[in-house]
Amino acid sequence: MTTLTLDNVSRWFGNVVAVNDVSLTVGPGVTGLLGPNGAGKSTLINMMGGFLAPSTGTVTLDGAVIWRNEQVYRHIGVVPEREAMYDFLTGYDFVLANAELHGLPHPAAAARAALSTVEMEYAAGRRIETYSKGMRQRVKMASALVHEPAVLLLDEPFNGMDPRQRLQLMELLRRMGADGRTVLFSSHILEEVEQLAHHIEVIVAGRHAASGDFREIRRLMTDRPHRYLVRSSDDRALASALIADPSTAGLELDLGERALLVQAVDFARFTQLLPRVARENGIRLYEVSPSDESLESVFSYLVAA
Amino acid sequence: MSATPATAPAPATQPGRSGPAPFSLYHPTVARLTYRALLSRRRALFLFALPALLLVMATAVRALGGADDGTAKTLLSGFALATMVPLTGVIAGTGAIGPEIDDGSIVYLLSKPVRRSTVIFTKLWVAMGVTMLFSAIPTFFSGLILDGNSQHLAVSFGVAAVVASVAYSAIFLLLGVVTRHAVIAGLVYALVWEALIGSLVPGAGDLSVQQWALALAAKVADPGAVTSQVGLPAGLILLVAVTVGATWFAVSRLRSLTVASDE
Repeated sequence: MTTLTLDNVSRWFGNVVAVNDVSLTVGPGVTGLLGPNGAGKSTLINMMGGFLAPSTGTVTLDGAVIWRNEQVYRHIGVVPEREAMYDFLTGYDFVLANAELHGLPHPAAAARAALSTVEMEYAAGRRIETYSKGMRQRVKMASALVHEPAVLLLDEPFNGMDPRQRLQLMELLRRMGADGRTVLFSSHILEEVEQLAHHIEVIVAGRHAASGDFREIRRLMTDRPHRYLVRSSDDRALASALIADPSTAGLELDLGERALLVQAVDFARFTQLLPRVARENGIRLYEVSPSDESLESVFSYLVAA
Repeated sequence: MSATPATAPAPATQPGRSGPAPFSLYHPTVARLTYRALLSRRRALFLFALPALLLVMATAVRALGGADDGTAKTLLSGFALATMVPLTGVIAGTGAIGPEIDDGSIVYLLSKPVRRSTVIFTKLWVAMGVTMLFSAIPTFFSGLILDGNSQHLAVSFGVAAVVASVAYSAIFLLLGVVTRHAVIAGLVYALVWEALIGSLVPGAGDLSVQQWALALAAKVADPGAVTSQVGLPAGLILLVAVTVGATWFAVSRLRSLTVASDE
């Protein structure tokens, strides 16, 4: 059992508050740290990885403070977001150096095993500077896994990866989680987190906005009021037919735009209602488009909830 | 990837691997990464160019003008000790850690159960070794070429270059930890302070690694052959104090190093 605990953690840089009074616990399995760019995800991961001191609060691993405690690295593997590695080394030499720095009894065997886990043996003899983005990411993973840590921290690991590399890394992280390791990764892409994480922590503007099973959070996200822009052959008739149903909470007729703005509270019901009402009343739908599907609007709804 | 077996699921604490990391002055892996980084970057070309220039100049001077102690002193003091040693110190000292901090790859060193003091000490040894190899040894040999160690000039300037290498490595390693503009700061110190002000303004010499090292050279060379603006005891105390102080401060700053995020 390995648990990362953040207790009332804040971090500010000068006058800017990057992380604001966050308390959360990350246990075994795969946890996704979700939030828009600039929300403070990297700041949180840097504090969990011991590269940044919290301004207030504590960050601990099984009760041991992480900041200025290099012993925790026996149990933590870190995959940083930044690209820079020792590019003049070969992939094997790089992972081997990481194994030696951990003081492993058989560094060469550990390095080969880690490279095999990420399927990079075929390029292990090449210099890192010749690697593609996905290959770099996998060697970074190998360097973080070489001492078989109980905790794996990954900052935006899917950035810049192509779909195939993305699937491979997801599969690998899923396996790590199934092994009982504590895997935490950050992402600003909902679908990535949803596909991989059994548990989600949402961070918005430095605050801990939501926490829980992805289904719960998905429900929160789909149950929020949805706004649609509808253009039809008779907006006025459509409006009066829609407002009679409880799935519609508000309507606005925009005469300038010649469009109908609809606020729906029951997403599933509304998506069935709209085409049925149109057909029954002989109205042609020219356009139906969601007007607030940006991730930021989803996040701001979660914060308000 | 799905068919390959996972690594052994043993994420539990392994016995015999806990407890604080032992205090150590040297880590071979840190040393290997450091010297390979130093010698593989483009600025390593300077490491080879400066001593090559000195040896070429010494050979040319000897061939054209014959052995002359005055010319030897001018070249060894004015170019070797005043310019080449500090410049080499800047390249080796800042280069031993600065680029890793700048590009973030230091994370891979710091996320290990290795004491930060071990990282600094090891990098210091490498910086010292590289600075001596590329500045003190060529200084000694160019002294031999110039006048065949007459008045013990070759040995004395060689010794001065060795102790100056130690102090410069510590100072510039510290600069590499504390500032992103370590090379600029180091060049300003090496070229403006040591080479220019140190030799023109009498008082400034008291605070110059070059003059402290010359105090030792004056002791080694024949009496009166080499002069320094500071006495030997003062020079030695300042050399030791600056080296120890800079190293201690570098360790303390690396312990609190904050790795910047891209956010």
